[in-house]
Amino acid sequence: MMLDIRELSVVFAGRGVPFTAVDRFSLQMERGEIVGIVGESGSGKSMTAHALMGLIRRSQVTVSGSALFEGADLLRLSREELRRYQGRDMSIIFQEPMTSLNPTMRIGKQVEESLRIHERGLSPAQRRARALDAMALAGLPGPEALYRQYPHQLSGGMRQRVMIAAALVLRPRLLIADEPTTALDVTIQAQILETLKDINRREGVAILFISHDLGVVRALCSRVVVMKQGRIVESGPVDQVFYHPREEYTKLLISSRPARKKLRGGQADG
Amino acid sequence: MRQKSWYLTIGAVLTACMLAFTALGLFWTPYSPTAVSAADRDAPPCAAHLFGCDSLGRDVFSRTLEGAGSTLAIALAVLALGAVCGLAVGALCGYYGGPADALVMRLCDAVAAFPSVLLALVVLALTGPGKYNVIGALGVLFIPSFARLVRGEFLQYRDRDFVRSARLMGVGDLRIIFVHILPNTWPTLLSGLTIGFNNAVLAEASMSYLGIGVSPTEPSLGYMLKDAQGSLFTLPWCTAFPAAVVILLILGVSLVGEGVRERMGVAS
Amino acid sequence: MGKAVLKRLALLLGTLLLVSALAFAAFSVIPGDPTGAVLGMEATDEQIAAFRARQGLDLPVWQRYLSWLSAFLAGDFGQSYKYDMTVAQLIAPKVGATLTLAAIAFALILLISLPLGLTAARRPGGLVDRAVTVLTQLTMSVPNFVMGIALMYLFALVLRWFQPEYIPPEQGLWPHLRFMAFPALAVALPKSAMTVKLLRGSILGELGQDYIRTAYSKGNSRGSALRRHVLRNAMIPVVTFLAMAIGDIMAGSIVVEQVFGVPGLGRVLISSINNRDYPVVQAIVVLLAGAVVGCNFLADLLYRVMDPRIDGR
Repeated sequence: MMLDIRELSVVFAGRGVPFTAVDRFSLQMERGEIVGIVGESGSGKSMTAHALMGLIRRSQVTVSGSALFEGADLLRLSREELRRYQGRDMSIIFQEPMTSLNPTMRIGKQVEESLRIHERGLSPAQRRARALDAMALAGLPGPEALYRQYPHQLSGGMRQRVMIAAALVLRPRLLIADEPTTALDVTIQAQILETLKDINRREGVAILFISHDLGVVRALCSRVVVMKQGRIVESGPVDQVFYHPREEYTKLLISSRPARKKLRGGQADG
Repeated sequence: MRQKSWYLTIGAVLTACMLAFTALGLFWTPYSPTAVSAADRDAPPCAAHLFGCDSLGRDVFSRTLEGAGSTLAIALAVLALGAVCGLAVGALCGYYGGPADALVMRLCDAVAAFPSVLLALVVLALTGPGKYNVIGALGVLFIPSFARLVRGEFLQYRDRDFVRSARLMGVGDLRIIFVHILPNTWPTLLSGLTIGFNNAVLAEASMSYLGIGVSPTEPSLGYMLKDAQGSLFTLPWCTAFPAAVVILLILGVSLVGEGVRERMGVAS
Repeated sequence: MGKAVLKRLALLLGTLLLVSALAFAAFSVIPGDPTGAVLGMEATDEQIAAFRARQGLDLPVWQRYLSWLSAFLAGDFGQSYKYDMTVAQLIAPKVGATLTLAAIAFALILLISLPLGLTAARRPGGLVDRAVTVLTQLTMSVPNFVMGIALMYLFALVLRWFQPEYIPPEQGLWPHLRFMAFPALAVALPKSAMTVKLLRGSILGELGQDYIRTAYSKGNSRGSALRRHVLRNAMIPVVTFLAMAIGDIMAGSIVVEQVFGVPGLGRVLISSINNRDYPVVQAIVVLLAGAVVGCNFLADLLYRVMDPRIDGR
């Protein structure tokens, strides 16, 4: 078992009443699996992912439970030890590719960044080769040309592929995708999902896919977990949850059609 | 967040104290600010003379009171001139836009690029010293920055829904500008006013210190500082108290400005 | 990017032309005929006629402006009304002092504000940060000449670290620089306070951005995230601010020169204003304006280089 999460909880101290963002989340993932986490905004799905990646500031938040990743408990590691996993054994891609990329740094450099951090001994040429390779894997056309460009010169879909490339450059075992297609057009969404499926098939990268869109999850994932207000309400193989939902809430989620996202104007997505 | 109230309360208290101090000076000073007295020459601060006396025996406390009043009055007048005209220019430019807007803004950018003290000095080179010349010069020089500030705000609000619906309902442009949009710009405007006030105080004090501000017969903290510099070591109180008044005046207002900006959520 | 730069250059030249025209109008036209002021009451008619001919006072305004402009660009700034020398001769020996003052002030600003801003931003709300916030607020409220007087009092009169008398570079470069450090400090401190505030805010602003989260997710430590991402982006507004601040630094130098008795452009400007020596005032104004506009232009260029998003917008 690659990932064994047991009773993961995230509680915000804050002033007054403590707020439980994630309530005893448990999940097991094998290598190469694609699992989806589905829920409305505020259900705690992103928080779970961020807690796993160690992106939550430990100052005002209490994270409890355990998350065994290939034997090591991610929640008990020191910051330094955790950093060795981040970007190398597990990566994350976020919802907004424009703001998640450094606007003043060239694409190539951003894709290579994990290499600079985790594999110091590489020459610039070697780094570039690995970066271009990752960019091709992420489905970017003409990576050599894109290498020297800046994020604002790319369309939304391409930026997201850049993020994917950067996340994959060290071939992590787990890729967490936090609503990666929510900010994109529907057609581009489908293409990105195809790319992710492809990557999973070719490289065996396990994907933890977070979304509020059941349709997207159904297209990509083999298993799904439904979250509501921090708690898991239902889980199982995706077809079973989709066609034979047990809980009222799941039924609601399936039957309600989320409002279509307004098509983003401006550059053509691709 | 405790930080928010810290700035505003301390700033407000300080400003209130300084205003009270200055207002006091408008009605009463312990001695006449210009009364010389051979007997009291070079007197350090004591019971009879809170801030001491200068080399001519003039009571520093009274002179400081008067100077503070003058500085405050000038700064407020400069603000009145600069802010009101700047507001009008900025509102019209921001609301209507067009080639006139572009031209006016270019002019404003050109003027705003220069340090106002220098420009004011230059204007006064032509007109000669004097309180009203200072107010006029500084006031006019402050118009571009206020215009830019207000214009920026108006550009934001011009296309908002509530403005559009007001227009559709046939509300006149002037009314939209003053009744609908302007009140929304109040926090930014206030922040700009505090900055403008401080710049005005700074400019007037600097100019008077250089001797090219108000005329020598008019009271000014800047002049006091200039006169006192010769005896800086022997009569430090002649410098310390006017300087402290200037600093505290500026500090109080700038803290209020900081508090307002923090309330607005603008990163400072 | 070339087209945008050319446009900016044209704007720069246009502004300079406008400024020179305004200055000319202000100091050569409006004050009226200077003949009486310069030559005095007892001038003979021949002297008057000769003066007017030499100054070209009988020509139409625009011709006078053009001849003045061409002379100016060639380095001839005209003749002083008060002293029997050209404006250039009057100004030249003073420019050095002012430039030195401004340069030292600029260097001090960098030396003081960069480390302070960084340290304050490392632990926002911490002890250093709060102390820095209080200090900057206080320092920004002190006019630069008051700061100069205070520095003079503390260091020259109380601590006796230097004599409150100007030391020209001929008397030794090091003593000269040591003296100039104090007026430079008076100019630098309030501007440093603003820079620290700006830098700190800018760093904190960048730290809150999404791409920093991405950087952490790749395994960056706080230090390497600062180094690789934040600093460069945070410096962009600071650099532009500093380049634009050069104008204020020069204005500040002029006032502070009076405090410390530095024989620079400020002193010449003040005395010329008091003497109604308009050609000198005019020349100084145009030179300073040129410097300010030039620096703003450079600031704009620098900004374009540092931020690739601004690309011929």
